[in-house]
Amino acid sequence: MNRLIEKYAPTRENLLDILHALQDDNPHNYLTTAALRQAADYVGIPLSEVMSTATFYSMFSLKPRGRHIIRICESPPCLLLGAESVLTALQEMLEVQVGETTTDGAFTLETTSCLGACGVAPAMMIDDQLYGNLSRERLAEIIDRVRSSDEAR
Amino acid sequence: MRTRLDVLICAGAACLSAHSAAVRDALAREIEAHGLSDEVRIVETGCMGPCELGPVMLVYPDGAFYIHVTPEDAAEIVEEHFLKGRPVERLLWTTPEARRIAEQRKQVPFFAKQRKVVLKNCGLIDPENIEEYIATDGYAALGKVLTEMTPTAVAETIAASGLRGRGGAGFPTGKKWGFVAGAPGPEKYVVCNADEGDPGAFMDRALLEGDPHAVLEGMAIAAYAVGANHGYIYVRAEYPLAINRVEAALAAAHRMGLLGNNIMETGFSFDIEVRMGAGAFVCGEETALIASLEGHRGQPRPRPPYPAVEGLFGKPTLINNVETFGNVRHIILNGADWFRSIGTESSPGTKVFALSGKVVNTGLVEVPMGTTLRELIFEIGGGIPDGKEFKAVQTGGPSGGCIPAEYLDTPIDYESLQELGSIMGSGGMIVMDADNCMVNLARFFLEFTANESCGKCIPCRVGLPAMLEILQRITRGDGRADDIDKLERLGKTIKTASLCGLGQTAPNPVLSTLRYFRDEYEEHLVGRCRAKECTALIRYWIDPEACRGCDQCRRACPVGAIAGTPGNPPYAIDAEACVRCGTCREVCPFGAVEILDRR
Repeated sequence: MNRLIEKYAPTRENLLDILHALQDDNPHNYLTTAALRQAADYVGIPLSEVMSTATFYSMFSLKPRGRHIIRICESPPCLLLGAESVLTALQEMLEVQVGETTTDGAFTLETTSCLGACGVAPAMMIDDQLYGNLSRERLAEIIDRVRSSDEAR
Repeated sequence: MRTRLDVLICAGAACLSAHSAAVRDALAREIEAHGLSDEVRIVETGCMGPCELGPVMLVYPDGAFYIHVTPEDAAEIVEEHFLKGRPVERLLWTTPEARRIAEQRKQVPFFAKQRKVVLKNCGLIDPENIEEYIATDGYAALGKVLTEMTPTAVAETIAASGLRGRGGAGFPTGKKWGFVAGAPGPEKYVVCNADEGDPGAFMDRALLEGDPHAVLEGMAIAAYAVGANHGYIYVRAEYPLAINRVEAALAAAHRMGLLGNNIMETGFSFDIEVRMGAGAFVCGEETALIASLEGHRGQPRPRPPYPAVEGLFGKPTLINNVETFGNVRHIILNGADWFRSIGTESSPGTKVFALSGKVVNTGLVEVPMGTTLRELIFEIGGGIPDGKEFKAVQTGGPSGGCIPAEYLDTPIDYESLQELGSIMGSGGMIVMDADNCMVNLARFFLEFTANESCGKCIPCRVGLPAMLEILQRITRGDGRADDIDKLERLGKTIKTASLCGLGQTAPNPVLSTLRYFRDEYEEHLVGRCRAKECTALIRYWIDPEACRGCDQCRRACPVGAIAGTPGNPPYAIDAEACVRCGTCREVCPFGAVEILDRR
């Protein structure tokens, strides 16, 4: 049995945590069919139940994604302060549409509901890191920094 | 060890996003280099409030409040201020009234007008150090209830205080505790709803990040009152910092015997687990939250039975919001009468509001209930940026409504906002100026709720996209004569027929803007957006008189829609090619680009 999920008791109430752990472990940030089956077997419920739960929540993906997930906030406070043009800039910069992954596999661009960073709107998260007061210039700087820290690795 | 100066640097999520950690490192290096390590201590705190001004820091005891600090400023601050006692004036948040440094924090209206109860420790203590929390009477309230009060007396004290749920609906907290306490069965649960997701609300995040023990203590007191031994905090996965700080706080409280088995050797046991959401706004609804905690799709179910009777795993469950729990210890320590002395008759206490949108001081503020919208937005919030005119404020997020300028002097409480067609909600305040189109705003909110509908009940699943479609065509300039009536009819039906709070309140932004800004809807039907925000209804135009031929707009235009020769004005915009992004207007140094009605 996978060490990754063993720390959770094999009960239905732990399903979300188990799915998070499996997804985070995947280099392409998604839940493979094998992972879903593993969760189903571990918790002792049908695969269809796990599918049903996993597809309900927007943070779980059943398709491969990039190394980094960009979640750009699409809530009204961010929209009022220019989130739409930030999104357009990001799409141009990365040459992807929302839901797509860059050709080098570095970034998947997603939108999200409120990030609770309205004080520094417009805002986005890249993985667990929050970025606020976004502008075209700042975006370029942030993306460059993430790319170069990837290369350094 | 006592230090000469305490440097409180904000490590809330917003300041961290503005690189407050780099400022901390730079300060630490300079303090060390100047041999001040024994005299000056750096404390990383939770949110101090004025997010837009971050990174912010406060120096004790002299009270100097620094804003927009960068790592490059560290050397000057340490040399001038910490060493020579001369605060760096260019970085101080000054107002004309705050000439004396020591008075600065008291005199800046942003702080002076606030009354901090729930956020008392936020920005003042290190949230990762339990001893600092204990030094602020932390866990004294828990000790008091466990040793001096019966569970019934605790619930009665909360009831007597008049505390109402801070998550939205404003249900009397003490009453809820009484229901759960009275529900039969040996096994009960206490759940903290930290699935904050209302666009424009971030107080729960700030409290969890800035003073997590206050929430844990509130939960433990509630558990004692209702007879629960197990609790959960359901936090949204979008708040990783909050999750880390809560987990650290839980571990520290366990180590000190303030949570877990036999708390303070009183025989009472209570432990708490953190559970993470996975991106579903509807999970803030209590029955959906329970489903999600049980590992299912986060879909709501009809009530009754209420969670107080049949909640998590079918057992009686108390669910309160983060800020509600944050109030508890203060009520226990200071008494119900003290709490009632703050705020209004029907809504005692304070409320934390999150200011966002077109307001100078965006961020978190805490004021007594009954404070007026004007005081909140203009005195504490500093008014509207760039001298523009206030148009409306959306309270209560996607469940709330828009309040126009004529009601700015309304004292804020649960009832007054409801009378205006809005709600308190969790306390988000999104401020709008004349450049914001109210139809477009309603569309933003409907896009959000239609997207977040869980799909279980038809009025919400089918009705919200139907309303959204109408709003989309109105903002596109394709509205039909009967669209406004249709919106109203649909909105009322969805409110009446939806299963849970999401659907029952989702039409509010549309209905309230229709109530106060109906003329804007009507104007859109004839092709005009007075805010000049709906791109389908406007065109950009270069005033030949004002254009100097500097070429900046042509170079900035992303679609090559501007033609002209440098030094040979005027330039002109090809209306067909223009995507109306507004870049040319932003870059024009002469204000020559104007927005006109398309037709």
